[in-house]
Amino acid sequence: MTTMTTLTRYLRWDTAVGILLIAVFLAGTGTTEGFANTDNLSAALGDVSEIALIALPMTLLVVAGQVDLSVASMLGLSSALAGSLWQAGFAFELIVPVCLLAGAVGGLLNGWLVTRVGLPSLAVTIGTLTLYRGLASVILGDEAVADFPETYAKYAAYTETMPGTFVPYPVALFAVLAVGTAIALHCTGFGRSLFAIGAQEDAAWFAGIRVKRLKLVLFVVSGLVASFAGIIYTLRYGSARADNGLGLELVVIASVLLGGVDFDGGKGTLGGAVAGVLLIGLLTNLLTLNDISNEIQVIVTGLLLVASVLTPRIIAVVSERRHRRTAAEESVPVSAAP
Amino acid sequence: MLSQARSRRHAVVTASAALCALTLAVSGCSGTTKDSVKDDTPAKSGKAEANPDAPLKKGLKIAFLPKQINNPYEKIVDDAGIAAAGEIGATGKEVGPSNAKASSQVSYINTLIQQKQDAILIAANDPNAVCGPLKQAMRQDIKVVAYDSDTAKDCRQLFINQASSEEIGRSQVRNIAKQLGNKGEIAILSATQNATNQNTWIQFMKDELTKPEYKDMKLVKVAYGDDQDQKSFQETQGLLKAYPNLKGIISPTTVGIAAAARYIGDSSYKGKVVLNGLGTPNQMRKYIENGTLDQFSLWDPKKLGYLGTYAAAALASGQITGAEGEKFKAGDLGEYTVGKDGEIILGPPTVFDAKNIGDFDF
Repeated sequence: MTTMTTLTRYLRWDTAVGILLIAVFLAGTGTTEGFANTDNLSAALGDVSEIALIALPMTLLVVAGQVDLSVASMLGLSSALAGSLWQAGFAFELIVPVCLLAGAVGGLLNGWLVTRVGLPSLAVTIGTLTLYRGLASVILGDEAVADFPETYAKYAAYTETMPGTFVPYPVALFAVLAVGTAIALHCTGFGRSLFAIGAQEDAAWFAGIRVKRLKLVLFVVSGLVASFAGIIYTLRYGSARADNGLGLELVVIASVLLGGVDFDGGKGTLGGAVAGVLLIGLLTNLLTLNDISNEIQVIVTGLLLVASVLTPRIIAVVSERRHRRTAAEESVPVSAAP
Repeated sequence: MLSQARSRRHAVVTASAALCALTLAVSGCSGTTKDSVKDDTPAKSGKAEANPDAPLKKGLKIAFLPKQINNPYEKIVDDAGIAAAGEIGATGKEVGPSNAKASSQVSYINTLIQQKQDAILIAANDPNAVCGPLKQAMRQDIKVVAYDSDTAKDCRQLFINQASSEEIGRSQVRNIAKQLGNKGEIAILSATQNATNQNTWIQFMKDELTKPEYKDMKLVKVAYGDDQDQKSFQETQGLLKAYPNLKGIISPTTVGIAAAARYIGDSSYKGKVVLNGLGTPNQMRKYIENGTLDQFSLWDPKKLGYLGTYAAAALASGQITGAEGEKFKAGDLGEYTVGKDGEIILGPPTVFDAKNIGDFDF
């Protein structure tokens, strides 16, 4: 075993992101006043709660070789729907299931176009990205609806945390769902099927996996979660608008890729994706606290993202070359297998 | 796999059905609606006493949070405010998002709280989206002043209004009347027929015109250019054709006045018809230089930033609390009084003409 192969075995990219996350946290605590403050951590975590929630089904989709670019538009649509219904005097308890239903229907449309019509998910969801945002604008125009009920709004605000902790409620919900998703992805046949679909769709199909059905389910769950995130977003900011969450899909996908989930499908861990989300959240917060301008922040996250795609490839290429060289050297004298 | 996927889907359907049923049962006819929560906004917390004689504190930290950074107009406001902070021994800075989305200012407010700033000046992208964090800031004794674009009233202590609607409307008439010697037919070239700002100003213009000194002036027409360059251009043309005795046009919109100037500048009406209104110096510079119009007006963004800093410092030093009737001194601009709902009005719009236009770049 060469050092490089050992390295690739033990230092996978998702572990590296985890270590980087801890490093950023420690560096922030050491250098920046107010960073490790519980109020600040609550705010930093609360700021990524919608991204984090949407990243869970997104990880499953990307592992299965799919992508859903319409999530942020679905968030906006859910927000606009909630706003217009609230303004019309409907009960909030009724608005939530209506929004969730809209999310499920939107996800179903994505899934149907991908699995039944057979279009690539990238193309389909670019289309529905525009469609759902358009619907949101039709529903609410450029209005902003406010004054949502404090009874519910307080659970979305970062100032209201789980009793005795600094964890805001949406983040606590995310933690529970993340554990559930991790178990589903890594410890069940369902999860293994997703990896199989992502690695070789035809092979997965011949192996008896219901490829289309699983994909459909993933898109529905993605729409459902995005619409729920829309409600959290609306309550957290106290403002329902059609342009809520504009461009958020890119942050979600960037976080998932940063966490080492392979965009080609078939590889990745949920832990990595979670670490990716938290890393982007904490890093943004730390840079803002240090008055680093937004442009530089974008450059930093961009570089991280390029590194996250590039580094595993470089390691793979280098280790393969080494492997080939050692194999060539070893092929002359007949040697026992290691 | 089939059974697993199916059972999963079943679970989703069952769960949402159950959720619907449950919420409907819970809500019934008495769910949480807009009307039922109208009155449960908490009352404002008790106010501290203002001490008008308190000296301005030294070393205050004042942060400007514009709608977005690199917006040329707000850059002028903020730079002037930061310069004013230097004058009073405070440190000023500008931070902000690179896009003007409703939510993008929120994380900045959170970090400004952690940095223990003494005052935050904010031009809100959304009056409500920034409310939670701003209230959090005020709870931690950070003063909050809105400028340019207000937040909801209970989320800030003061709002610096660049100009009152009444003052804008009346000054438009005063300015053009002076140019016309208080007589002749005038027309208004507005934006859209239901533009709130413009309609309020036009109401005040009409009211101003009823004063006896304007008895020889007559408003013949309000035309609407819809804030589109082409339409405004054509409407100007139409006005001048339809009213041969027209002596002046007021265009209280930056799009309208620029289009009108373009038409008049290239026509035989140049020098015969007076154009006035609200415009930006950069847009109108060449028309001032080639003599198409003598003057136009707008509020001065530098004064806005300057006043913002002084108001924030007065708050942070305890001179004022934001209650109606309190007075404070704003350096070169003189004394200001806090109006209703914590509003401070910058003053009448600044008039730009050939003499001073070189001093402005926005």
